[in-house]
Amino acid sequence: MLTISDRKEKTIVLKEIMQSRLFWPIFVLLLLLAFNLINDPSFFAIEIKQGRLFGSVIDILNRAAPIALLALGMTLVIATGGIDLSVGAVIAISGAVCAYLIQNEIVTSTPLIILAGIGVALIAGLWNGILVSILGIQPIIATLILMVAGRGIAQLITGGQILTFDHVGFEFIGGGTLFGIPFSIVLVVLTYGVTFLVLRKTALGLFIASIGANPTASYFAGIREPQIKILVYMFSGLCAGLAGMILTSDIQGADANNAGLWSELDAILAVVVGGTALTGGRYYIGPTLIGVLILQTMTTTILTNGLPVQFTHIVKAAVVILVMLIMSPQFRGELNRLRTNKTKEII
Amino acid sequence: MKFRNLATSLALSATLLSAQAFAELTIGFSQIGAESAWRSAETESIKSEAEKRGYTLKFSDAQQKQENQIKAIRSFIAQGVDGIILAPVVETGWDRVLKEAKAADIPVVLVDRGIKVKDNDLYLSKIASDFVFEGKLAGAWLAQETNGYANIVELQGGPGAAPAIDRKAGFGQMVEQFPGMEITASQTGEWTRTKGKEVMEAFLKAQGEEIDAVYAHNDDMALGAIQAIKEFGLMPGKDILVVSIDGVKAAFQAMVDGELNATVDCNPLLGPLAFDALEMAFNGKDVDKWIVQKDKINVQQDAAEMIDSRMF
Repeated sequence: MLTISDRKEKTIVLKEIMQSRLFWPIFVLLLLLAFNLINDPSFFAIEIKQGRLFGSVIDILNRAAPIALLALGMTLVIATGGIDLSVGAVIAISGAVCAYLIQNEIVTSTPLIILAGIGVALIAGLWNGILVSILGIQPIIATLILMVAGRGIAQLITGGQILTFDHVGFEFIGGGTLFGIPFSIVLVVLTYGVTFLVLRKTALGLFIASIGANPTASYFAGIREPQIKILVYMFSGLCAGLAGMILTSDIQGADANNAGLWSELDAILAVVVGGTALTGGRYYIGPTLIGVLILQTMTTTILTNGLPVQFTHIVKAAVVILVMLIMSPQFRGELNRLRTNKTKEII
Repeated sequence: MKFRNLATSLALSATLLSAQAFAELTIGFSQIGAESAWRSAETESIKSEAEKRGYTLKFSDAQQKQENQIKAIRSFIAQGVDGIILAPVVETGWDRVLKEAKAADIPVVLVDRGIKVKDNDLYLSKIASDFVFEGKLAGAWLAQETNGYANIVELQGGPGAAPAIDRKAGFGQMVEQFPGMEITASQTGEWTRTKGKEVMEAFLKAQGEEIDAVYAHNDDMALGAIQAIKEFGLMPGKDILVVSIDGVKAAFQAMVDGELNATVDCNPLLGPLAFDALEMAFNGKDVDKWIVQKDKINVQQDAAEMIDSRMF
C-alpha cells in the first residue's frame, strides 16, 4: 500500500531525476535509440568478428571517439569562458606529423610516434594558451589564428598529398582492439575517467569553473588564472592530438585538407547540447559525452536508414533544436503553463 | 675547322632567332592553387606544354581566392599577353574582368571547370571532363562485369557539388537500362576516406552481404570503403566490386593489390588541349565552346603496367 507521503516522496524523487543535468540528454538519446529499435531491431545486434565486437552500436561509439575527445577539452575551455576553434587544425597537424615520421622512417617505435603526435598537439595548445592568457587576445580570435594557419602547417608537412603508411603499432590506436573493444573507445573511457577524477579529487575543477563564472572574484581568491588557462588550452590541444591520431591511424593516412575539418563545430555543439553555457562557469562532462553520442547516433541512424542526402543536415538541425528546447527549463515551463491553462479552460 | 665554327655559330643564332620568334607569344595562366596532387599535375601539364611549344608562360597561383584570380587577369591584360588560361575557382562573378579581356582582344580558355556568364562569347572555350560521361563509364563497366545484375551502394561526393551531381546522374542513367541493377543505398562520403569508410560501415551493417558493388564518386572514398569491407570480413574487389572515379596513384596501388576493380580517369593533363584551342584562335579558326577531355576507364588487369606512369 502506498501512503500519501510515500507517493509524495516518489514524485519528489522523480522531479529530482527530471531536473538532473543528465536526464534530458539521456532521454533524447534513448528516444533516438528507441526509433532504431522499432525501425530495425538488428541495429542493436552485436557479434564478435575476428576477435572484435561488431555492430551498429559499436560503430556509434567508435565513430564518436574523436569528437568525444575534442568535446572533453572543449568543455573545459568553454568553462573558463573561452573557446578553442583550432582543434580541427590540431587534428590535421598531429596526424600529419605522425604519418610523416612513419612514412619517412624517421621514427619507427610506436611510443615515440605517439609522443611526437602528443608533443605537437601540446605545443599547439601552449601557443593558444599564451595568446589568450598572457597576450590577452580574445579566445575566438586567438584560436582562429591556429585554425587557419594550422591546416596550412599540416599541408606543408604532407606536401598537400594524403600521406599513407603501414605501421602495425600505430594502426592499433584507431584500428586495434582491447578485449574485443575497439581501442579508440577504451581511450575515450580512460581519458574521461582520468579527467573526471582529477577535476573532482583536486581543486582544479573548481578553479576552472570559478575563472569562467567570475574572473574578478577568482583573482582575489588567489587563483592563478593565466596558468590554469594555459593548462586548459594545452589539455584541449592534447585531446585534439589524440583525436588526430585515432583518425589518421584509422584510415592509415594523413589527409591534411580534410582531417578534422569543421570538427570544432561538432565539438562545440556537443558541449552546448550537454548543457554547458558558452558564457563559461559551470561545466558538465558527462552530459557533454551524451551530447556527442546523440550527434553520432543521429549520423549513424541517417546512414543506416538511407535518408536522402539533401535532408540529412535539415534533420540533424531539427533534432538539435528540439534537444535544446527540451533542455531549456523556461521552455518546459511555458509548455506546462499552456497545458494547465488548457485543462483549466476545459474545466 | 673554320667552317665548322661558322656553321655552329650560324646554327646557334638560328635557334636563338627562332626561340625569340616564339617567345613573342606570352600566355597568362591563373591557377586556383596547389591543394591536391591532381591540381599540381594540371599546373605541370600546362607549364610543360607551354615550354614544349615555345611560349612564355606567366603563372599566377590564386591561393583559392577569386579576387586574386581577377587581379591576375587584369595584370595579364596590362602586360599585353596573347592569351589567358583560367582555372576558375568559382562559377560566378567573371563578367566584368572577362569583358576587359575581350575588349583587349585576348582569348580566354577555361580549364577543368565552367563559369556562368551572361554572354558566353566572353570566353573562347572550356576544356574539361564530362562528369556525366564519367558516371556512365563507371556504370557501363559495372553492368558488363556483373552481367547486368547487381545491388549497388553509392558514395556521393559533397552535397551540391557539380561533379557529385553529374557523376550520380550519369551512373544512374546507365543503371536504369538494366532491370537487374539497383542502387540500394546512396549517401555522401564528402569526398574523404574517413567519411567513405564510416558510410560504408553503416551500409554493411544494414545490408551486409547483399551488396554486390560499390560506386564511389572519387577514389578517396573508395579507398575508405575498401577498408570498411575488409574489416567487415569480406574481400573488396572480389566479394564486393569497387569502382570509382579520378584515377589517382593510390587508386592504382589498390588495383595492383586487387582491392579496387576499376577507376575512371578524370585527367588533369589539360595542357595540350588548352594550347590547341589557343592556337586555333590565333589562326582565326572556330573553336568549340566545350572541348571534352576524353576520359577512359582503367581496369585492374592493366594497373600494374600503368602505375609507374601515373603523375598524380
